Amino acid sequence: MAEDATVVLLGEDLVDPYGGAFKVTRGLSSAFPGRVVSTPVSEGAIVGVATGMAIRGFRPIVEIMFGDFLTLCVDQIVNGASKFCWIYRGQVTVPLVIRVPMGGRRGYGPTHSQTLEPLFLSVPGLEIVAPSRYHDPGGLLRRVVLETRQPVLFVENKSLYSQPLVPIDSGVWNDMRVQRHGEADYPTISLSLARDSEVEEVTLVAYGGMADLAIAAARNVFMRDELLVEVLVPSRIKPLPMAEVLKSARRTRRLVVAEESVRTGGWASELGGQATEALFTTLLKPVGRIGALELPIPSSRPLEDQVLPQVSDIETALYQQVS
Amino acid sequence: MLLIRRFEERVFELFEEGRIYGTTHGYIGQEANAVAVMSWLEERDVVVSNHRCHGHYLARTGNIQGLMAELMGKADGICGGRGGSQHLHDRNFYSNGVLGSTVPVAAGMALAELRKGTGAIGAVFIGDGTFGQGVLYETFNVISLWSVPLLVVVENNQYAQSTPLAVHFAGSFKQRAAAFGLSVGEVESTDVELISERCREAVQYVRGTQRPHVEVIHTFRLCAHSKGDDFRPPEEIEQRRQLDPLEIAGNRLAHTVRSSTDTRVAQRILDAVQAAAEAPFPSLTDDPS
Repeated sequence: MAEDATVVLLGEDLVDPYGGAFKVTRGLSSAFPGRVVSTPVSEGAIVGVATGMAIRGFRPIVEIMFGDFLTLCVDQIVNGASKFCWIYRGQVTVPLVIRVPMGGRRGYGPTHSQTLEPLFLSVPGLEIVAPSRYHDPGGLLRRVVLETRQPVLFVENKSLYSQPLVPIDSGVWNDMRVQRHGEADYPTISLSLARDSEVEEVTLVAYGGMADLAIAAARNVFMRDELLVEVLVPSRIKPLPMAEVLKSARRTRRLVVAEESVRTGGWASELGGQATEALFTTLLKPVGRIGALELPIPSSRPLEDQVLPQVSDIETALYQQVS
Repeated sequence: MLLIRRFEERVFELFEEGRIYGTTHGYIGQEANAVAVMSWLEERDVVVSNHRCHGHYLARTGNIQGLMAELMGKADGICGGRGGSQHLHDRNFYSNGVLGSTVPVAAGMALAELRKGTGAIGAVFIGDGTFGQGVLYETFNVISLWSVPLLVVVENNQYAQSTPLAVHFAGSFKQRAAAFGLSVGEVESTDVELISERCREAVQYVRGTQRPHVEVIHTFRLCAHSKGDDFRPPEEIEQRRQLDPLEIAGNRLAHTVRSSTDTRVAQRILDAVQAAAEAPFPSLTDDPS
């Protein structure tokens, strides 16, 4: 906001002292008076207003309090913001960033815990960026806000708000080799326990809040059975990070994709489908897909644990690849 | 008005001849509204229209050839054939095809102009059918609360597609808008001079106060909602033909002026159709943007 005076922020309960439901925007209304607007509880109108402002020269950020409420903005996103640039023959840009806290594991129940971004995979003209602890979320947000020409869903997994970032610059973290791949702007991070000439046997892809579960699973199967896994954590999930995934899976010849959303029609399905198209004769096993059960997310903790994918589910899928 | 009328009539014919692909929503009978509003807007002002946007676009730009080419799906249509009838953009004019969705977008555009200090105002066209959409009321609240310089033009043509007002609408337009503290005006006429007088006041109010205003124009669509889907009582349509805005305005002209205008407009439409017909079709590889 300091770098570009056209950046404005719209959303519910943003103004200090409240600073947004998850406090991500705390302090901004004091630092940038008039550019942070607490809105009525009207998600559809707010995304529409932000779209109009984006077309006319601003770079608006919309904070949706819970990602579940994106359902209230679908018409604006699907029939408006994502289309305008192309249907108006590139005569307009829509530099709009919609921040959406997603994900469960906090007991918020069926309408405040979902991972809905896979619903938007089939919307042309929309990008989806999803930071994890292994990326620089602030840097990613800065980039999309200042540079995008088209609408972006910026997916923040709620369980990560309380977690520290992982320092990856040294290239080693908790005995894991950490590397950056792909575009510098939207890197995919790889983490592996392999040393020197050792090669991984499975590629495991996960983004956002699932990255930590994937890394825990990779660590467990190595400790238990010396099964080496390369974990890939992309920062941009749409367009799919296919180059990085295929590069790894071509080598390991085994691919597992884990996500927090339901398995049917999800990100893992699309990524697995495209990987299969590219590597059908290379892969030794069908692509493994981990996701939530096809049920609403329950409020009760033991029930929520059963519905959402756990570390043990990922371990099972990894073992299936080498069985 | 005459240009819009003849254009829309020709569009219906071209559909019947199979020379236009897709769909259209005719503006026949409502021409006075577009002309009245546009005559008070300035070049810098932003106009957002809806599915029934040909009349608004032509009143704003007069670009019959660009619109005809767009309807024919040609490369030199104003959006290169990507948008078609309902999705137009040309300078400060925008339209989109989902009822109600355009209203917050227009509010955002007007808010952007306000914040940039350009002095431009916004104008968004909706109809009676749009009063069934929730996002309209979300936006009524926002524009009133934030004092957004937006003129909301309501063209109540008495029917939401085929459903008469009495079947889809409770209460009153005026009271619905007034509930949000919005300034509201109302005019029931097809006389362009009368409507224009109301619109002058409405535009002056928005520009002068930098406050939103809702102007309800009670009107009537003399053509089908789309193509040949008219199930309204023929006697009602016949009765409304007596109030045809072209007749009201035309009767004020000298016979010779009216006849020479007819000839000139006919020629312009002929030329536009010919040019559009001769233009090439686009390809996805033409333009990477």
